[in-house]
Amino acid sequence: MKILIATAVVAAFFAGTATAQDTVVPTAVMFDEGAVGVSLTGVVGDAANGRKVFANRKQGNCLACHANADLSEQSFHGEVGPPLDGAADRWSEDELRGIVTNSKLMFEGTIMPAFYIDAGYTRPLEKFDGKSILSAQQVEDVVAYLMTLKEN
Amino acid sequence: MNTKLLQTVAALSLLAGVAVAGEDATLIINDEETMVTEAAAPAHAENLDRIYSGWVFRADETQVLQMDDFDNPAFVFTDQGQDLYDTVDGTAGESCANCHGDVDSFAGLTAQMPRVNSDGELETLTELVNNCRTERMGAEAWKYSASQMTAVTALIGLQSRGMPVDVAIDGAAAPYWERGKELYYTRVGQLDMSCSNCHEDNYDVMIRADHLSQGQTNGFPTYRLKNAKLNSRHGRFKGCMKNIRATPFKEGGDEFKALELYVASRGNGLSVETPSVRN
Repeated sequence: MKILIATAVVAAFFAGTATAQDTVVPTAVMFDEGAVGVSLTGVVGDAANGRKVFANRKQGNCLACHANADLSEQSFHGEVGPPLDGAADRWSEDELRGIVTNSKLMFEGTIMPAFYIDAGYTRPLEKFDGKSILSAQQVEDVVAYLMTLKEN
Repeated sequence: MNTKLLQTVAALSLLAGVAVAGEDATLIINDEETMVTEAAAPAHAENLDRIYSGWVFRADETQVLQMDDFDNPAFVFTDQGQDLYDTVDGTAGESCANCHGDVDSFAGLTAQMPRVNSDGELETLTELVNNCRTERMGAEAWKYSASQMTAVTALIGLQSRGMPVDVAIDGAAAPYWERGKELYYTRVGQLDMSCSNCHEDNYDVMIRADHLSQGQTNGFPTYRLKNAKLNSRHGRFKGCMKNIRATPFKEGGDEFKALELYVASRGNGLSVETPSVRN
């Protein structure tokens, strides 16, 4: 009976802080043909923050490789990857989540880094060892932002 | 040359009329020495058709700095290299000049470095200099990319300027070259990228404000506007690795030496441009 009460208390505690409990760790992300159908956090992505993460050179740094007219105030957009104007017309939310999480499962051999893996790379600088480039919520925020990039 | 570059060249030509520099410009130094900045790729660089000096990818104002030795900021440092070359250092009371005479006796050496020595070991020019210092001069070794070292190796490199890069990759060099090739194509770091991802698959493409080159080393040590000094090959490798959030190999270590040989070999046929100017 004591154990049951303890379990109930713990369950109640985590239910109150859904974000921590529901975060999918990098190794547990389920892919289906490169797409990820379930939110990594259960918290709706914040597109405005995603736009900042996208542009931040120490976070997404997406402009290093992708042009994006929505961020025309930022100079020098890269050309390594495809332009992202209209990305939401071409890809579903689940596909975009999969591409940001680990694009190698969608595009074999791509140069694009996986933004939500914390293992499987070699010789990382010590301060990045065991870490993902973005947090689960940052991925969700970037995906929410990408879903605003529509031309049609 | 890929389509995008051709389009850019065409657009530039229309706009500029007469090109002073640019992607289709010819690098002529001091109005007399013409450099080979584009050539057919050597057979062992099997994924490239053409090879291009990094000079080709730089902005006009950077290109121009290398076209006249009075404008080239690297010559401040090769002058320092000349002073070091002539100065006695160490317990044996020798200078470089005492044994080697005029530095032009080194003409041709840099075009062939790194190379395998008589002990079967791959040796870089930097190591040759330090071996002389410690074994013959009784002087302290310089740090691998110390300012004195890049000054002297740039001065020695200058003696080969205009000669084609021609490093040996066969015979005793083969295992080192294979090791370097393996490193070139191995992804590392949190960003999980290899040299080839940028410098073979995406050269001539903009990565943010940087025009990706083939990563050729024929102009090293090179003066970079970014840090206003001469930069060694291994120092540049280290910088690239940090950019992709990888723990760099050790400067002067076996990995970077092997990579130096492999990358140099991809430039066989380009002119030695040492000391070049890059951004």
